[in-house]
Amino acid sequence: MSLRGSACIVGAFEHPTRKAEDKSVAQLHAEVAWGALQDAGLSKDDIDGYVCAGDAPGLGPLSMIDYMGLDRLRYADSTDLGGCSYIAHVAHAAAAIKLGRANIVLITLAGRPRSEGQAVGTGARAQNPNVPDDQFEVPFTKTTGTSYALCAMRHMHEYGTTSEQLAWIKVAASHHAQHNPHAMLKKVVTVEDVVNSPMVSDPLHRLDCCVISDGGGALIVARPEIARSLKRPVVTVRGTGETAQGEFGGYRDLTSSGAALTGARAFGEAGVTPADIHYASIYDSFTITVLMQLEDLGFCAKGDGGRFVSDGNLISGVGKLPFNTDGGGLCNNHPANRGGMTKVIEAVRQLRGEAHPAVQVPGCTLALAHGTGGLLGHRHGSATLILERE
Amino acid sequence: MSEKLFAAPVADPTSKAVWDAARQGRLMIGLCRDTGRHFWYPRGVSPFTLSPNVDLVEASGAGTVYSYTILRAGGPTCAAYVELAEGPRLFTNIVDCDLEAVRIGAKVRLVFKASEGNGAPVPCFTLA
Repeated sequence: MSLRGSACIVGAFEHPTRKAEDKSVAQLHAEVAWGALQDAGLSKDDIDGYVCAGDAPGLGPLSMIDYMGLDRLRYADSTDLGGCSYIAHVAHAAAAIKLGRANIVLITLAGRPRSEGQAVGTGARAQNPNVPDDQFEVPFTKTTGTSYALCAMRHMHEYGTTSEQLAWIKVAASHHAQHNPHAMLKKVVTVEDVVNSPMVSDPLHRLDCCVISDGGGALIVARPEIARSLKRPVVTVRGTGETAQGEFGGYRDLTSSGAALTGARAFGEAGVTPADIHYASIYDSFTITVLMQLEDLGFCAKGDGGRFVSDGNLISGVGKLPFNTDGGGLCNNHPANRGGMTKVIEAVRQLRGEAHPAVQVPGCTLALAHGTGGLLGHRHGSATLILERE
Repeated sequence: MSEKLFAAPVADPTSKAVWDAARQGRLMIGLCRDTGRHFWYPRGVSPFTLSPNVDLVEASGAGTVYSYTILRAGGPTCAAYVELAEGPRLFTNIVDCDLEAVRIGAKVRLVFKASEGNGAPVPCFTLA
């Protein structure tokens, strides 16, 4: 059974805040939900499905559906695959719609790690005695930065990838962010700026890392007949894939990700190839994340990612694969330390022709959003979504 | 010079034997009796088959660096994956040597380091 054509994204909203000292996490969830409803031209009582992940406060969806007054639900889901969850949520919503369990599904994400002062990149973690791996890993300075740096170091060793090549990913993101008035980092940077920025965790420099921001986003997924009755351009689900990957006894290859599985599945379902994609949102927690995912999705051969991203190949209007035209996590925002939601939102903007004119891809009718959640160097989730403009 | 103490590992009911052995300077890893393959971290089932037909066995303590990074803040700390001679890779720290000399493929050997509050010592590695 295929999800191709089974549902459409009819509403998308990204919160403009990047520092929300005066708001609660629940309020941010509610504000992005309201924004997505306004965008879609729908009202609260139209929602009969709700999906959230671990950033939503309370037990699963329970506190948030109560806060927002979602009292007509027939479908609820709180799958958590880390930061890529929301990409998978679109597929879950589409499946629920296809099975007749829901007609209009709301997905929300929000958080305020910046206001709360979380040092997620370098900070030590506390052990949970019920998490079986914590006792074997947390004592050894297990941080988000070290986890991704271990992948980058191994990728450099196996394939000759260089810091300058990784830097090109940040350079491309910064070229896009200069046009986004909400972006945290709007200054265009050079390869030299990146490689000369302070080393955080070898071989990743400060400018290889994403920002820490408050904020959030929401999506509304609906039955195609409903989508066509609304006034917005119709953006349809065409291909989907998700997986979860672990160390599996201590044998995982640190140079590859679950994208190899989820990309193949999504492209197969969509009946297209990477060469057909006009625009790609690629989760950019770190520059290395982008490079590995591009390889695993098949945009280039394994090991060729460094050459593929170089010389502005990811810059809209310059290169072959425009990516993260909102500036991505590297420059724009990374609400709740989970970048999957904004990846889908910018893909929707591109397909609607509503990206900033300076970065809008002409004739964009086929877009991909892909994300990695958790820690790529330890255990991670992956999700891929291919969307089409009718 | 006083050394930084590692956070004490918080054992669970299935890992007590691993940390008791660590107090005696022995690194215990999992062995799947059905496949003959070793695994890290040790647990009550095989990650290859899900069978409970597993044993704890002592690792030789020899290994090579599979990947590493040096966290510069508050450190430096060298976090690494070490590939044990028995096969599996474990997340650990490289200690007691020139961290700038660490390279992928370098041979390393086991060295246990003390943890806070009289916790079990944790398995680290140093350049061999």
